[in-house]
Amino acid sequence: MADAAVEIRDVVKHFAGNVVVNGVSLSVEAGEFFTMLGPSGSGKTTLLRMIAGFETPDAGVIELQGRDVTRQPANVRPVNTVFQDYALFPHLSVTANVEYGLRVRRVPRTQRRERAQAALEMVRLAHLGERRPGQLSGGQRQRVALARAIVNEPAVLLLDEPLGALDLKLRQEMQVELKAIQRRVGITFIYVTHDQEEAMAMSDRIAIMNDGVIEQLGTPREVYERPASPFVARFIGTSNILTRSGTTWSLRPERLHLDLEGAPSATLHREVGVLRDVIYLGMNTRFVIDLDAGEEVIVVRTNAEVGRYATFAAGTRVAVGWNVADGVTLDAAVI
Amino acid sequence: MDTDHGLATSIETQKSGGASSLRSFALPSRFATAALLTPPLAWFLVLYVSSLALMLVTSLWSVNGFTGLIQHQLTTSNLQQVTSGAYPSIIWRTVLLAALVTVTDVVIAFPFAYVMARVATPRVAKMLLAAVLLPLWASYLAKVFAWISILEKGGALNWTFQHLGLPAPNLGFTNGAMWLTFSYIWLPYMIVPVYGALEKIPKSLLDASYDLGASSWWTVRHVVLPLALPGLVAGSIFTFSLTLGDFVTPLLVGGANSTLLGNAIYDTLLTGGNLPLAAALAVVPIVIMVVYLGVAKRLRAFEAL
Repeated sequence: MADAAVEIRDVVKHFAGNVVVNGVSLSVEAGEFFTMLGPSGSGKTTLLRMIAGFETPDAGVIELQGRDVTRQPANVRPVNTVFQDYALFPHLSVTANVEYGLRVRRVPRTQRRERAQAALEMVRLAHLGERRPGQLSGGQRQRVALARAIVNEPAVLLLDEPLGALDLKLRQEMQVELKAIQRRVGITFIYVTHDQEEAMAMSDRIAIMNDGVIEQLGTPREVYERPASPFVARFIGTSNILTRSGTTWSLRPERLHLDLEGAPSATLHREVGVLRDVIYLGMNTRFVIDLDAGEEVIVVRTNAEVGRYATFAAGTRVAVGWNVADGVTLDAAVI
Repeated sequence: MDTDHGLATSIETQKSGGASSLRSFALPSRFATAALLTPPLAWFLVLYVSSLALMLVTSLWSVNGFTGLIQHQLTTSNLQQVTSGAYPSIIWRTVLLAALVTVTDVVIAFPFAYVMARVATPRVAKMLLAAVLLPLWASYLAKVFAWISILEKGGALNWTFQHLGLPAPNLGFTNGAMWLTFSYIWLPYMIVPVYGALEKIPKSLLDASYDLGASSWWTVRHVVLPLALPGLVAGSIFTFSLTLGDFVTPLLVGGANSTLLGNAIYDTLLTGGNLPLAAALAVVPIVIMVVYLGVAKRLRAFEAL
């Protein structure tokens, strides 16, 4: 079996007495789009910086393609980084920025030009090679940063919240573009973000981090459909968390059935309450229900079937139903 | 329908309200701008530009050799005199010394400022900055005299060399003494702007350079130095122009062949009483500085400012 692109074993990192990364182990396959997702302070960026070589772990091992690089400085590791603030050299042209890594490695001039040109074509910026970074828009700078990293053909490309500074529409376009580029070049991507939609849209696998540990590692479908902890259930999408006879359930709002109280039910479990709020969201409608048992529950139904709920207004008594297959039981001890 | 109408009206009211408040704000602000600009502009025009213009005109007049009175006919004889005789070698010596002092200060200031901005802790950096600025509180003359006592025959430098069994350098009252004194006195004027430029470089740029495979040395050469260039040019404008115009240090620590442009102007004016020739000599450093700034601009030194 071929070596993993990145292998991390029991890595620990402290900053000023605080544990930032607390014994993380993971393995990233070659060619994978791997995302580390978590709130700020969860240790995801620190882990990325340790893979890049900007920080050294206090304990544990980091391997790249089977070689131990734990103590190797950043400038000899076969990885490149796309920085959150892009970190383009303001005194160099776009082309010179992209050529920087090749110049360092003394690639001959003509070859350098060709490869930089090809990288800029890939991010559709070949016509702006003479510009300075200061003359580009945020989205263009982001693409230059990507070209500057990819042109070196690294074993692993590290991306530190690269779309964080862009507006929503541009961010969504760039997600599609990033994924397409990753498929085309076949480089392993390790992507750090706090945006769960972004993570879902692009990743082959997601590691959800919280307080310096990995809460769950799996495909987008796995972490959404089968959250392993209340934290994951709440962090990825919206979740109703209910404890019934000693078992804690995570129920996705779109999996719940909604009926008027007393209507015949097709679901196994059924609870009644008062509809508190009806929020129209265009594609969906969100219903907020106060259960008689005490909890607040959110139900989301698509507006394609909105006719069914036309008479549902705030104050209506309703029944919320679900089948066993619609919910996930969580480890109650973690709550 | 009704609510729509009401909304439109309220928006319109807001709009016109906004416009009128903008207009009432714009009127006094024009006065305020004028009031703010007048004193510095008047200072600049009356004291600086007009005196400079007066000097340029004066350089085209001449002095009657018998009466000592200024003759107000325009002539280029002063400017011809400046480019002949002993003056070209004085000008050359001054420019060479100013360049040497500037290079020396760059070589000392860059690593010093780099340590302050990027290596030292904020506390140590503050202490170093205080240490750099402290000598500016001491009198210029006190510092020059201190150098005399260090460099003269029985001074600290010769004493140290002799006790180490080395030949005495005997730097007192030479051009070397001027070079040392100027380099010392103008050093803070180089360190401060270079420190400012280095401090502004985001750390992520250095990270990016290492990430792309560069060594520390390569990063300094290709990222730090180019981005510090505006600071280096700003500092060099100080060290170069201050040396160009100084006449006290050459008088006190210089020797037989240490006459600089400043001394030539001083002598022409106060000993020779030839105001037009002194003015013509004073045009020289101005021309040199204009050329210097032009070259700096061509090197794109101001672009990152």
